[in-house]
Amino acid sequence: MVSLVWLIPALPLAGFVLLLLFGKRLGEPASGWLATAMVAGAFVVAVVAFLGLRNEPDHTYTQTLFTWIPAGSFTVDFGFLFDPLSSAMLLFITGVGALIHLYSIGYMHGDKRYPQFFLYLNLFVFSMLMLVLGDNMLVTFLGWEGVGVCSYFLISFWFEKPANSSAAKKAFITNRVGDWGFMVGIFVTWFTFGTIQYTQFLPVSQGAATTTATVISVMLFIGAVGKSAQLPLYLWLPDAMAGPTPVSALIHAATMVTAGVYLMVRVNPMLHAASPWVSTMIAWIGVGTALFAATIAIAQHDIKKVLAYSTVSQLGYMFLAIGVGGYWVAIFHMITHAFFKALLFLGAGSVIHGMDDEQDMRRMGALRKLMPITAMTFIVGWLAISGVPPFSGFWSKDEILTYALHQNVALYVVGLFTALLTAFYMSREVYLVFYGKARWNETDEPTTLEAHANVEADVADADAVSVPDAAPEVRPEVHPHESPWVMTVPLVVLALFAAVAGFLNLPFSHSTKYLENWLEPVTGRYGAEVTYSNPTIVVLLCISTVVALTGIAVAYFVYIKPRLPVRWFEHPVMAKGWYYDWAVTWFMGGPGRIAFDAISWFDRTVIDGAVNGVGSLTRDAGDVLRKAQTGYVRTYALGIAIGAVLLMAFVLMRGTI
Amino acid sequence: MTLASLSIVPLSPVWYLVLGAFLFTIGAVGLLIRRNPLVMLMCVELMLNAVTLTFVTFGTMLNDIGGQVIVFFVLVVAAAEVVVGLAIIVAVSRRRPGANADDISLLRG
Repeated sequence: MVSLVWLIPALPLAGFVLLLLFGKRLGEPASGWLATAMVAGAFVVAVVAFLGLRNEPDHTYTQTLFTWIPAGSFTVDFGFLFDPLSSAMLLFITGVGALIHLYSIGYMHGDKRYPQFFLYLNLFVFSMLMLVLGDNMLVTFLGWEGVGVCSYFLISFWFEKPANSSAAKKAFITNRVGDWGFMVGIFVTWFTFGTIQYTQFLPVSQGAATTTATVISVMLFIGAVGKSAQLPLYLWLPDAMAGPTPVSALIHAATMVTAGVYLMVRVNPMLHAASPWVSTMIAWIGVGTALFAATIAIAQHDIKKVLAYSTVSQLGYMFLAIGVGGYWVAIFHMITHAFFKALLFLGAGSVIHGMDDEQDMRRMGALRKLMPITAMTFIVGWLAISGVPPFSGFWSKDEILTYALHQNVALYVVGLFTALLTAFYMSREVYLVFYGKARWNETDEPTTLEAHANVEADVADADAVSVPDAAPEVRPEVHPHESPWVMTVPLVVLALFAAVAGFLNLPFSHSTKYLENWLEPVTGRYGAEVTYSNPTIVVLLCISTVVALTGIAVAYFVYIKPRLPVRWFEHPVMAKGWYYDWAVTWFMGGPGRIAFDAISWFDRTVIDGAVNGVGSLTRDAGDVLRKAQTGYVRTYALGIAIGAVLLMAFVLMRGTI
Repeated sequence: MTLASLSIVPLSPVWYLVLGAFLFTIGAVGLLIRRNPLVMLMCVELMLNAVTLTFVTFGTMLNDIGGQVIVFFVLVVAAAEVVVGLAIIVAVSRRRPGANADDISLLRG
């Protein structure tokens, strides 16, 4: 059944084509159901193919559909590599994707571009599957760019608001910086190995020169930094929250942003062949991003911004795992993160939906009575991300910290502190939204409400609500309500997985490490070995638990029983994201602008000058030389005669000199 | 001195070469200074025949049959060239009666 693997991306592609042709005619909700059915079908096929893969030798199956680019010695096949890594990713991409599609049917209800939304979503799922399934770097790159462009379309889905379209442009352009690294990585790989097929160059990567492997690894890492929103290119992801919430859940939390992690894990033999400082750098950038984003998340007031910075932070954890050689752990955390972060985003979307498009947490509170299912599932997600046993995030995050400790105590300490912050800011979000007193009909404006929180708000039916936005004092009465079943069912399913996904891999015995054993063919050879005894592991688990509970407790005493002042934690510098965005804007507008103008001048005068100079030189020379063509036969005849005489003279003289 | 006595005295082959050179020079100069296309064509013929004569002379001097053989090739080429040249001259004369070679200078740069 493993030969059905081509069907997995083909189904969403078919959904995309059908919606392109008949989307308007299908309308709402048929187009949504069609898109959902296609992704759900892909999930079923993925399960069937996964079961078939267990019988394949080495758990690896390649399928070549056709030769894509036959150009002399450079040949690229359009082929799929179905191995433990891609199969694990396919399952959660199609599974979570199908749930988010189902959720979108309810969330996008009444939108005037309803079919178009599902068209983009299906195209996105197709691209993501190409990215993961591609058996060479170019197919991966095709998917990589495909998800990028879908991300652009979906962030600017409500493009009537200028803030949304500029957020989309920011995301797209920031990603270009990373894509440059990915492309250079592909080129260098081709020059070095003569192939860009994973199954051909990865086994021989240890034979490459260390410098070459280092260059390839660093370039691919630059690509991963752009796509997976790490320092210094993270700044597009928080703005990407301008898109509809299901998009934030699917693209900017569960799947697309993990593409960089996937790429790094895929080329892990190359990282092993590179200089050791590459892995160290990846680990420090990862843990640095995790800490940096977590501090920002503490002070955000937008319910989605907290989750956005949290996503950046969790992706930092994944890169930490890669940097310390725990490649399978990165995938483990990616899977658990996909479940709990998709759950949290969908829960936030449900809250926003129920609150009539309110996103400021200071206008919420006490929602657990009115939205019981959303609240329950959100709490499961909260416990999972905070690292409370036995929820999934606990196991995967602790595994990362164990690997970090094995490598470097400093990495472990920073990671642990970030875990504390994670527990704190997620507890803050839960307390502000679901506990405390109801604040949604308070007339006074929150004192420090930043203008940008409203500008970047995620507003469905922009026209309908733009009037109350403009005049906040006449806000209509808000009646929070629970969402329809198409939105709560995905929440419940995701909550189930967020609770139990940790049991994919229990660290106590070799036989319970199902995920590690399954990924062994891909990550086992060059991954780090952690050889802690069971008592040590239990101690580490206890430390993680204590840290998580401490974070939750501190948040409790700040937001539920106010013993500690809020201003200790919500520092304005952190609310502004350490002014990083501002600094980039200032730099690009000031010194950067001068540098760009200089480059532009150089391009216009020197580069264009050289190109145009060749042209005008040729033309001017032609103007002079064309005078030689008089059109008179006698001139030509004279020329021939003189030439003949000169030739004759040359022949005769040659003997004498 | 009778005509018969003249024929017995063998003329030095050098004189044939000198004659060839004279004929060639006349042809070349004629081609350069005349404007009438027909005359220019005849000058070309003159140059061809001068070369032919030189070939034959060298063939005799060096006792090489190749010098004689090449005459056939020159004849063929000259015939072909004359056909094309005359055809062009006729065609030009039809459109522009009385045109000389300098009038046909449309291909100037």
